[in-house]
Amino acid sequence: MSAVPNLERLSTASSGNALELRGVSRLFGALAALSDVTLSVRPGERRAVLGSNGAGKTTLFNCVTGDFSPSSGVIRFFGEDVTAFPPHERIRRGLRRTYQISSLFTGLTVIDNVYLACRGVSRNRFSLRRPRRDDTLQHAAESLVDAVHLTAVKDRLVGELAYGQQRQLEIALALSGAPRFILFDEPAAGLSPTERADLVQILTSLPAHIGYIIIEHDMDVALRVVESVTMMHNGRIFKEGRPDEIESDPEVQELYLGGGHG
Amino acid sequence: MALAEPRFAIATPRSREGLAEVIARQGTGFWVVAALLVVMPLIASPFWLVQILAYAMILGMIALSLMFLAGYGGIVSLIQMTVAAFAAYLVAIFGDSAITQISLKWPWWTAVPVAILLATLFGTLGGALSVRTEGIYTIMITLAIGSAFYYLTLQNYTIFNGFSGFNGVMPPVFLGIDWGGTVPFYYLTLGCAALAYGVVVYVSRAPFGLALQGTRDNPRRMAALGFDVVAHRIAAYAFAAVIAAFAGVLLVWYQRQVSPGTGGVGPVVDMLIIAVVGGLSRPIGPFIGALVYVLLRTFALDLLDWVGFEGKRYQLLIGFGFLVIVLFSPDGLIGIWQRLRERYRKSREAQDAQMRTGGGAP
Repeated sequence: MSAVPNLERLSTASSGNALELRGVSRLFGALAALSDVTLSVRPGERRAVLGSNGAGKTTLFNCVTGDFSPSSGVIRFFGEDVTAFPPHERIRRGLRRTYQISSLFTGLTVIDNVYLACRGVSRNRFSLRRPRRDDTLQHAAESLVDAVHLTAVKDRLVGELAYGQQRQLEIALALSGAPRFILFDEPAAGLSPTERADLVQILTSLPAHIGYIIIEHDMDVALRVVESVTMMHNGRIFKEGRPDEIESDPEVQELYLGGGHG
Repeated sequence: MALAEPRFAIATPRSREGLAEVIARQGTGFWVVAALLVVMPLIASPFWLVQILAYAMILGMIALSLMFLAGYGGIVSLIQMTVAAFAAYLVAIFGDSAITQISLKWPWWTAVPVAILLATLFGTLGGALSVRTEGIYTIMITLAIGSAFYYLTLQNYTIFNGFSGFNGVMPPVFLGIDWGGTVPFYYLTLGCAALAYGVVVYVSRAPFGLALQGTRDNPRRMAALGFDVVAHRIAAYAFAAVIAAFAGVLLVWYQRQVSPGTGGVGPVVDMLIIAVVGGLSRPIGPFIGALVYVLLRTFALDLLDWVGFEGKRYQLLIGFGFLVIVLFSPDGLIGIWQRLRERYRKSREAQDAQMRTGGGAP
């Protein structure tokens, strides 16, 4: 799919980065949703991607997970060129994501949703045999449900859950198996202040080896759970830095924080 | 567990339980029907046993394979009748028939497994061809494969014996029983249909079936959970093809012959009608649809004559019945049944509530 010749893909074999994007662009017709994005994130690093609507943040996620293939550029995941990989191959290598608008199986129960997520990154996805009660994946699913505080509703159909609970389930699905890197797409959107505090607690208590990128409009959430920030505007990266640098940057304030934060 | 909920509601939220628990959970209705089917040879005439019930169960199995794909996978595949017809042809070609210059006269225990294997392979390949399409395009491409098969059998004389096909295909004699006899054939069909039904119910709640329902509801999310959606769908085609192939073997033993008309466009569409009329939400639907279809086909003529209409117009009655059911209940007869039960339950609850408030209202 990529216009970049193979030689360039081989040139920097293993860089030690969890995620590395080089010159990634994505066109929708004449519109460049992403243009020439180059980005690298270390293993275990936690980063926020900020920017106004239409800045290309979600398109960036879709390119990394393989929902869209980039029009040009190279994406490496732990040194491996995954640019041409279908989404499920990237997920099996330890990449996870959540969706801005909850993308769940509303006709299944909470525990079955999480169980499916655990199945997806294990072997025997095609098993015709029902698991026994002491199934390890079943246990994994139950402890994940517990980790996002949903044990009380684990046998309820997801369609019946409150909005905030669905958002928490969305996170549980992304934590299944052995994630190495997670993309969180506006996990706090629509949550109440208490639920936001819960979310911050879940994010900060993730094991240190799991890195993530978080798209978040709520600065109180975003800047508390990351160590670095990437600012995007019109499909381009225009600033990277520590949270405090970004907050005090005059250009950033003008472009992004300007109106709203007066 | 029957909720009159959306069309493709998942039968039960409890996805993991043992066979014993599943059996224990069945209502009285299930046991009455099961017992009735087992003792049927004592009650029913040979005509009812074979021409109505056995035939309905065979068609029900083919429609069940369609229901598995459509209900759990969201894949409307019209290839299932063709898979059954292919299996039927293979039994006649590898086994024995009146067309001695083509039939290879293999014993049935070689011919049948090979026929089922090849038909399954055919169904899987057809699935692989159409798996990347959705909705109406899946219908189109599977219908095209079905038509191609129909014309192949019609025009090829070296293997498929063209227009006349194969006659004189007899069910085997095995364990000292002539399986073509009325009662043995009824039980053979009942056994296969019950097995197919049980396997579909079981698999629908096994990881494979659960994941298939996931690909139906949200394929993109399934990929984001590490599932290969395309591979999963092809596997579903393969699973459905096994059921259709078994039904095809029974079909050729039932009809004692197979010809291009067996897999023609008419039967292909009939299968869709059976599945839709019965209901795509639960595995019992296709069997109910098949029974209604067989009853209509058998008795519509007499019924019309009796009312004073031209008996030859029985197709009209079938079409009209189909229209009425689909108009009034998009989820088929199963849907009507579930709604009636739900209404009954609600009215009883309302009565109970009334009695309570009547008794001790402040």
